[in-house]
Amino acid sequence: MASRLLLQNLSKRHLLRSTFASRSASTLVLAEHEGGSIKAQSLSAVVAANSLSQDNPVSLLLAGSGSSLHQAAEKAATCHPSISQVLVADSEKFAYPLAEPWAKLIQLVQLKGDYSHVIATSDSFGKSILPRAAALLDVSPVTDVVDINGPRQFIRPIYAGNALCTVRYTGANPYSVGKSRFMKLSSQDTGRPDLGSAKIVVTGGRALKSAENFKMIEKLAEKLGAAVGATRAAVDAGFVPNDLQVGQTGKIVAPELYMAFGVSGAIQHLAGMKDSKIIVAVNKDSDAPIFQVADYGLVGDLFEVIPELLEKLPEKK
Amino acid sequence: MKIMVPVKRVVDYAVKIRIKPDKSGVETQNVKMSMNPFCEIALEEALKIKESGLAKEVVAVTMGPSNCVDTLRTGLAMGADRGIHVEAARDLVPLSVAKVLKKLVEVENPGLLILGKQAIDDDCNQTGQMIAALLGWPQGTFASKVVLDKEKQVATVDREVDGGLETLCLDLPAVITTDLRLNQPRYATLPNIMKAKSKPIKRYTPEELNVEIKSDLEVVQVTEPPKRKAGVILSSVDELIDKLKNEAHVI
Repeated sequence: MASRLLLQNLSKRHLLRSTFASRSASTLVLAEHEGGSIKAQSLSAVVAANSLSQDNPVSLLLAGSGSSLHQAAEKAATCHPSISQVLVADSEKFAYPLAEPWAKLIQLVQLKGDYSHVIATSDSFGKSILPRAAALLDVSPVTDVVDINGPRQFIRPIYAGNALCTVRYTGANPYSVGKSRFMKLSSQDTGRPDLGSAKIVVTGGRALKSAENFKMIEKLAEKLGAAVGATRAAVDAGFVPNDLQVGQTGKIVAPELYMAFGVSGAIQHLAGMKDSKIIVAVNKDSDAPIFQVADYGLVGDLFEVIPELLEKLPEKK
Repeated sequence: MKIMVPVKRVVDYAVKIRIKPDKSGVETQNVKMSMNPFCEIALEEALKIKESGLAKEVVAVTMGPSNCVDTLRTGLAMGADRGIHVEAARDLVPLSVAKVLKKLVEVENPGLLILGKQAIDDDCNQTGQMIAALLGWPQGTFASKVVLDKEKQVATVDREVDGGLETLCLDLPAVITTDLRLNQPRYATLPNIMKAKSKPIKRYTPEELNVEIKSDLEVVQVTEPPKRKAGVILSSVDELIDKLKNEAHVI
């Protein structure tokens, strides 16, 4: 998944004549770390820097406090060839990902380092902090970028992903780019995979009828080594917590296999999963819109289909 | 305390959008427009806070051409006390919106700014964060619960983040952006729609507010996303497993 997107970006990249001949690209990447390591999605942001221009040294900015910060910083130095510098801000102020001190930090680092681009992952961390930092720097950020056409042109989804907008940055100052959620460099192996980076996602909708029934979805996910997702309706009904929500305003995922059980296929949910490689839909209603995006559809009762799948699916390799 | 709520006029969430043949944008002529759903939630929250006695006045603000006033009237019908319309071209970038809002905040002095977390047309999710930065106010984005403490002058905000729910405590004045589950917006009742007709709307131009609207982003084109190939309806679980294993190679 990740390698496929990487190649796509490389082939689209072309050498641009820079309008500012004296200015070469250099990128500041806002990185997240946990338990002494850089988070996978932050590495995607580093890879994105490569798509901006050929010769683009990356400075990785890490903030936090304590030994896990320094462990992450050490690992960061060698985790990708483009990284030429690791900047570490160690203070109690950064113990939690609060937008105010982080945005101020980015402003200070940018004013000192004069980077041409500032990049962050488009997760709740990046989305909260990057626009605030951009305003402090008096530039418009470009958020949820899914494709990069050189240092000034980006493609991002609008209208819940029903249209793609190509925007060009016309300002003089450096600008901030929020990188797409699609690019992942590695998937987690511990327990159930993280929803944002899982290869397989099993999602349940309101048709599951209860939190108790949702356990069937969890069992199926376990059998497949998959992450669990949910529609907004299922979260609103209290079957599962909000961090499982897939959709326009929840998580946007693009796994190899997305299985939707009892999901009608509202536009806002499709926005979150329609770029999955293979989509499977199981729904009692043959007119459900989900069947229009599904590669394989089964019109049937999920309460019968899921147990049958559990019985007949091969064991996870 | 006064609460200011910026609201945006967008294509209604249920409309199936069409892209203009010249790829310059999405078709909005003769298309149903509504208040952005997240802005409705923001307004609802402001109204609830006022009804609980913690705020005196709710001011709705909108920016754009004259048809935006429709959205303002909807806000007044829901219960906002006053409206402000800043005349401007359509499609202002969030940075411009934030700069105009900053001037309005200087005029109106609200104790709280509540905005929708994103507009469902551009899906930017930036304006709240940007105005918070320009004002130097703390921000509580993607809020699913807001509790105000008038005495301590703080807002406790539960936020929906990737890992679950995060709780922040913000000193007022602050900026809050609303997520879906914060509340269920009320419908405007007919008596309130009638009352709204006589509620005041103040008009400004960006020049009057001393704001220069210039955009540093240019839309090059708007296109359709790649279409998915049509799929097949299968007839049994056995067939599904077979296809997933031997055709799609995903299990």
